[in-house]
Amino acid sequence: MSTPTKAVAPLPTRPRGDVRGARRLFLVRELGIALVLVLLIAVTTIYNPRFLNAQSRKDLMLGASILVVLAVGQAIVVITRNVDLSVGSVLGLSAFGTGKLFLAVPDAPIVLALLAGVGLGLVCGIVNGALIAVARVPALVVTLGTLYVFRGIDHSWAAGQQINAADMPSGFKRMGTQTLLGIPILALFAIAVLLIAGYYLRSYRSGREMYAIGSDPAAARLSGIPVGWRVFTAMAVSGGLAGLAGVLYAARFGTLDAAAGNGIELQVIAAVVVGGVAIFGGSGSVYGAALGALLLSTIGAALPVLRIDPFWQQAVVGALILAAIGMDRALTARIASRLRGRRATGA
Amino acid sequence: MLKRLGSWDVLVIVVLAIVVIVSSATVEGFASARFWGFLLLDVIPIAFIALPMTLVIITGEIDLSVASVLGLSSAVMGQMWASGVPLPAILPIILLLGVVCGAMNGLFVTGFGLPSLAVTIGTLALYRGLAYVVLGDKAVADFPFSWTGNMIEALPGTTVPWVALVVLGLAVVFGVVLHATPIGRALFAMGNNDQAATFSGISVARTKFWLFVLTATIAALAGFFWTMRYASARADNGAGLELSVVAAVLLGGVSIFGGRGTLVGVMAGVLLLITLRNALQLADVPADTLTVVTGALLIISVVGPNAASMIRARLRRRPPAATPVAGV
Repeated sequence: MSTPTKAVAPLPTRPRGDVRGARRLFLVRELGIALVLVLLIAVTTIYNPRFLNAQSRKDLMLGASILVVLAVGQAIVVITRNVDLSVGSVLGLSAFGTGKLFLAVPDAPIVLALLAGVGLGLVCGIVNGALIAVARVPALVVTLGTLYVFRGIDHSWAAGQQINAADMPSGFKRMGTQTLLGIPILALFAIAVLLIAGYYLRSYRSGREMYAIGSDPAAARLSGIPVGWRVFTAMAVSGGLAGLAGVLYAARFGTLDAAAGNGIELQVIAAVVVGGVAIFGGSGSVYGAALGALLLSTIGAALPVLRIDPFWQQAVVGALILAAIGMDRALTARIASRLRGRRATGA
Repeated sequence: MLKRLGSWDVLVIVVLAIVVIVSSATVEGFASARFWGFLLLDVIPIAFIALPMTLVIITGEIDLSVASVLGLSSAVMGQMWASGVPLPAILPIILLLGVVCGAMNGLFVTGFGLPSLAVTIGTLALYRGLAYVVLGDKAVADFPFSWTGNMIEALPGTTVPWVALVVLGLAVVFGVVLHATPIGRALFAMGNNDQAATFSGISVARTKFWLFVLTATIAALAGFFWTMRYASARADNGAGLELSVVAAVLLGGVSIFGGRGTLVGVMAGVLLLITLRNALQLADVPADTLTVVTGALLIISVVGPNAASMIRARLRRRPPAATPVAGV
């Protein structure tokens, strides 16, 4: 049973012989992004040393946390050769729901808010997953539809209402600003999510099966992997994480209306693609996606410091996506030809 | 197979007819000629871009950058007009801009063999970003009325805008090319199987390249129309329109996997989307509900045919055909 899984998975748990090239590719991808990130921070800091003082370090991490949580969920989905366009709408729904919860129960414990937000997101993710797995409809279309539906529900729930920071309990708002050992609490959430997802995808059989599905859905099905169930799980996890991101958003910004997270789905997909997750599934890692998210939000913070017109930001993001997928294709082609060469010589 | 495809188009047209009849009977002001004039003006950019988008999706690709090309062309227009270039000189430059944007998409997809979904998400950000670089968050609105008024002018004696007639004419041309020429059959062939199409002598890469060029050029033209129609050039013009266009095309029964669909279905899909929205708006249904309706329609449009074929397969007591679950 596990042999075919290993055969199709690009990153087996124990690399051997001819798949070592794939492992090296993993390193090249992640290290490449990390290198770009370090270079960007170095150049910006040389230009203006205040870029790395305590306050702006904290801002940088706060800004990246929400995007990292979303990118981890999206990476899992993209690895299975699907996509979740509805994350921005789910984030908005959950953020507004958190605000509503505190309006109704002003002294609700933070844990309850977290559970409610994640639960709400989970429900959205389950709707997506059920439509994809049961009705056998492509994820792109389903989540494009639920992007509209969830946002519409959010708007009619809010009915033009805005929730202000003053309505939130101070303990919850502190969660959005406080630090622990110099790391913002929101970033700790993101790191925890990242490590759990990374460990799961790497070391659990069902995690490996996600890669197998993304590499070749038909082969995965033939080797006995419950493809529908795994894809359903991936969508539910992505929804749940978007729900968590909504609660974090509420804690960070305090002031909420129905437009929270509008259009963030493209940033998330950009982060995932820049982070080396192939858009057609089967390769990449959540660590890469998180690095991509970190890189994108650092660019956003660095441009004004470098005195580059902030209007350039989106264009830079677009160019980065193109560069990332182009580079990825070049690397994959090289590895593939090297693998072919080795097999031909019988090694 | 063919019968089923036909029946989805017919269904969309029937639903459209029902919506129109019910709305004219129950919604006040729906049947007025003035209302239909405005309706058509709203539908033009979506219908216009949906024409080449239909061809692109039938070949199994997608172009998500169209709304950004529209925005970039609007921004470039605004900046040039503000620096004194006359409108007749701007129009060819806008067209050239569309060609360049499309050639870039096409080069990345066919030249480097990259997935169009990823490429056009990239250029979606890139072109919209360039639009902001060109115009910032300013708005240029001092276009001469001789142009802005003329663009929304109705045909003499009616309330039908003349541009709608142009789009209709183009729709006929696209329909004939898609359904009655070798080019159209080649498009379906590549959507069904790229390799088989290549082996039967179709130059897949070249055709797809020119399709991307065509799509972006039309999107740029739509940007010109948009700017004139609202008499305002802004970098964020048409933001998010790509989703409406794709939704309309899929609602019209075109398969996201390529190889299936009709142009009549797409036009019915575009009209259904806009008619329903406007009818609900006139009936004082809040805008948020409209968003839900758009999304729900899109989901129904794909779940519907799938569910129908599954039920039919079960009735025939054969296991349902293995359709790819995981697919973008």
